[in-house]
Amino acid sequence: MFGPIVAKPGSSRKNKTGSWRTESKPKFLQTNCIACRLCVLVCPEGCIEGLEKNSFHCDYDYCKGCGNCASICPKKDIEMVPEG
Amino acid sequence: MSGSQIKSLFASGHTACAGCGQSLAARLVIDAAGPNTIVANNTGCLEVFSTKYPESAWGIPWIHSLFENAAAVASGIEAALRFLEESSSKKRLRDITVIAQAGDGGTADIGLQALSGMWERGQNILSICYDNEAYENTGIQRSGLTPYDASTTTSPAGSRSFGNPRIKKPLPEIANAHGIIYVATATVGFPQDLQRKVKKAISLKGPKYLQIHVPCPLGWGYASSLTYQIARLAVQTGLYPLVEYENGVLKGVFKISPKPVEEYLKPQRRFKHIINNPEELSKIQEIANDNIKKYNLVTAAG
Repeated sequence: MFGPIVAKPGSSRKNKTGSWRTESKPKFLQTNCIACRLCVLVCPEGCIEGLEKNSFHCDYDYCKGCGNCASICPKKDIEMVPEG
Repeated sequence: MSGSQIKSLFASGHTACAGCGQSLAARLVIDAAGPNTIVANNTGCLEVFSTKYPESAWGIPWIHSLFENAAAVASGIEAALRFLEESSSKKRLRDITVIAQAGDGGTADIGLQALSGMWERGQNILSICYDNEAYENTGIQRSGLTPYDASTTTSPAGSRSFGNPRIKKPLPEIANAHGIIYVATATVGFPQDLQRKVKKAISLKGPKYLQIHVPCPLGWGYASSLTYQIARLAVQTGLYPLVEYENGVLKGVFKISPKPVEEYLKPQRRFKHIINNPEELSKIQEIANDNIKKYNLVTAAG
C-alpha cells in the first residue's frame, strides 16, 4: 500500500451493527422517564436520542444489545426484551 | 428509525464489541473536545474498530501511523500549527486542540518513549490513555497497566501462578515526574466527571495527560451490560482512584465510601481464580487501602 488512506468522516454509519444482536434488545417503556440522559451518555454505540421526558428511543440499526442503558436507568424505564 | 438527529463526532457503526468501554470513552472525549480538534491515534482496539477501511467513525481529522508514535505524530502536527500561526495571520489556528490517544499498551509500554519526549518538550497536546488493562485487541496479553493478579493470555492463572505477578505501572506519577501542567485519571463510570476533565485539560496550555479506565467485557470476562457498573466499582473500592494534579500538585480527588474489593473482582473472569483465596484477596485489598490512604479518598467521618 502506498501513501495515506483517507476515509470520509462518519462513514462507519454504513455498518448496520444492529444485526449483531443475538439475545435481547432494549425496550424504552417511556412511562417513568425523567430525561436524565444517562442512557445517552453510556451507550457505546451512541444510538440513543431524545430530548423530553418519555421521548427517548434507540436506533435498532446500530444497537448491539449490550444492555448498559437498561442497567443504568435510575427509573427502570428501559428493559431488555428477547430479540425477535 | 431513519433520519436520526444524533450529533456526535464519533459515529455509530464502529465495530467494537457490545458493551465496549473504550468506544464509550472515545465518544465522551471527542464530544467534550469539540469539532476543532485533531487526533493522532496509536495502534490498538480503538484504531481498529473505529477505522475499518474504507470507513471511519470519526467526524474530525484523525490520523493513525504506527503503534508507538501517536505522540510523535501529534508533536509534528502541533509544531506545524505553531509555525503556521506565527507565519500567518490565521489566529484561529491557536484554538485547535491536538490529542494523542492510545490504549494502555500504546501508552505505558510501546509508546512511552515518544510520549515522554512529547511531555519533555512541553508541547501543547492532550495525551489520553484508554486503560483497558491489557492488549485486548491482539488477544488479551498482559501490559504494563494490567493490575496485580489479573489472568491474561500471557499471565495465565494456574497451579503455580495467580496471574499477573506485578502491580500496575504508576503512569500518572511518571507523567507528573515530567513536570507537566495537568495529570488526571477518569473513568467511563462517571461520564460527567470524565468530560469535565477533558474540557479542563484542553483549557490549559502545555502537555496534559488523562488516563481513562475503560472496562472490556471480552478481555475481563463479564456480562456486557455491566461495563458502567464495573467502572464505578473500580473507583468505589479504591482500586482506581480518580485524582487530578495541576503542575504536580494534587488538586482534587474523588471521595468514596470504600466497598470491599471482592465486589469489583467477583463479576470478572480474569479474577475468578482468586475469589476464594483469602490470601490473594487481602493483597488486593491492601492495594486499595494504600490508595485510600495515599490520596485520602475517604470522606471525613460525620
